[in-house]
Amino acid sequence: MSAIATPTAGAAAPEVVVDVRGADKVFANGTRALLPVDLAIRAGEFVTLLGPSGCGKSTLLKMIANLLTPSSGQLGWWRGGFDHVGEPGKKLVMVFQDATLMPWARVQRNVRLPLDLAGVPRAGADARVADALALVGLTGFETNYPRQLSGGMQMRVSIARALVTEPNLLLMDEPFGALDEITRNKLDADIIQLWWKKKLTVVFVTHSIYEAIFLSTRIVVMAARPGRVLKEVAIDEPHPRTEAFRVTQRFAAYAKELSELLAEASAKGATDL
Amino acid sequence: MNERLMKWAAPIGVGLVVLILWHVLVKAFDVPKFLVPGPLVVLDALIADWGLLFNSLLVTLKITFGAFLLAVVIGTIVAFLFVQSRWVEMSLFPYAVLLQVTPIVAIAPLIIIWVKQPTLALTVCATIIALFPIISNTILGLRSVNPGLINLFRMNKATRWQTLTQLRIPSAAPYFFGGLRISSGLALIGAVVAEFVAGTGGTGAGLAYQILQAGYQINIPRLFAALLMITVTGVLLFLLMVFLSRLALASWHESEVVHET
Ligand SMILES: Nc1ncnc2c1ncn2[C@@H]1O[C@H](COP(=O)(O)OP(=O)(O)O)[C@@H](O)[C@H]1O
Ligand SMILES: [Mg+2]
Repeated sequence: MSAIATPTAGAAAPEVVVDVRGADKVFANGTRALLPVDLAIRAGEFVTLLGPSGCGKSTLLKMIANLLTPSSGQLGWWRGGFDHVGEPGKKLVMVFQDATLMPWARVQRNVRLPLDLAGVPRAGADARVADALALVGLTGFETNYPRQLSGGMQMRVSIARALVTEPNLLLMDEPFGALDEITRNKLDADIIQLWWKKKLTVVFVTHSIYEAIFLSTRIVVMAARPGRVLKEVAIDEPHPRTEAFRVTQRFAAYAKELSELLAEASAKGATDL
Repeated sequence: MNERLMKWAAPIGVGLVVLILWHVLVKAFDVPKFLVPGPLVVLDALIADWGLLFNSLLVTLKITFGAFLLAVVIGTIVAFLFVQSRWVEMSLFPYAVLLQVTPIVAIAPLIIIWVKQPTLALTVCATIIALFPIISNTILGLRSVNPGLINLFRMNKATRWQTLTQLRIPSAAPYFFGGLRISSGLALIGAVVAEFVAGTGGTGAGLAYQILQAGYQINIPRLFAALLMITVTGVLLFLLMVFLSRLALASWHESEVVHET
């Protein structure tokens, strides 16, 4: 993974964390999952990939995570590359749609896993686990097994496991897609607070327009067949945001703009192909 | 109704009813005891021949446990070797199946000729019978790892060893214990069947030998008593496996979790 020199767009622009340059993906079976994408993610952003299912959101996110290589084009990470966890340097971590916890391990051990695998000594690791659990509001659940927790709490454990590595870049693929709306809204509010407090850079995947508006500093709108980026929409709403934002005129205006954009693209796709 | 109590009470109740029915029918139709002895007659034989039968039981148990342990050790090792690569599994798994489908009765005489020491020969036969469930279940278990967790381990640069010990083995545990349950029963069956095949020419000490002898002598109560011992041993073995599996998995696995209703 080679680092690409960051183009300086403005004097005060934060560093580019991930630079996607003309990266596309054609799978081995011939599926054209993604047309070439250009996208620069800067430190401190909360970028959401929004689009219908099959538009290549997960594909793009996996390329950003370096779990998938582009068919052509290239990606660059911080100068000097990144490391998922472990050794010093920039860290990138991914949260999946399922909590993917080890059912045989208690919450404590599940969260400690990345540190265990990296060989972090137990004492220091346990302190970091406690911090991470506190961040997601799960202090006191250390000795529970995953099956004893609700879906929302399992997702929190999964997020704590990501945070325990103290990542610079947090990638989340529809992390709350399997949860009910009330739980999802609560977790959205928590994740945006975390992002604010910990000065994280987040790339978040969702197919919910409302979730995207509430969370993002910038939304990358995507369309399917073939998967591609339609447009980027900046959400100029100050932080920290609260639930009140959801019922404002501005929120409704963003929702209208985005749903029109998505509807138009899908209508066109249907007649084109 | 208390479900846990019922779990024990119901089968025991059924057993008692069958015993009473057995007793009453044998008495009512005056069945001679060389055809079907009543339960009390069997109990008498069990007490009278206890010394003889108990010694035979020990021999059968020795073969059963020996075979079971061998099957677990060999089966686990084979399973681990198989999952190391698809190629190894593809080329060798058919032969493991071959082992499974060959009737032990057909190859037992050969083994008894080859392996001179009788107890060892019987143990080998029983091992062959008990082996397959361990191999196939453990392979299945080692392979059925949550793909998300595999991804997670990979992203965290887990070594092969870490992935094996912290992910594959715990994932395989429920399957492995399922294999143990089946295999323990098969080890007992194998020990008895092998001794039948070896016939009176064998060591002449196990429960199968007692059953054969009792048959020749038309000592049907003793035959029933020996049969009873085998059955009870089988049940106890099964319960032991259930207990072990519960001990290992109770805290987390669905199959062993006691659901509160
Ligand atoms: N490993 C793969 N092999 C072949 N096709 C794939 C693979 N992964 C995804 N696809 C296809 O690529 C397209 C985009 O998939 P994905 O990125 O998962 O979309 P999204 O996450 O937006 O729902 C879909 O048509 C999907 O079927
Ligand atoms: Mg997806």
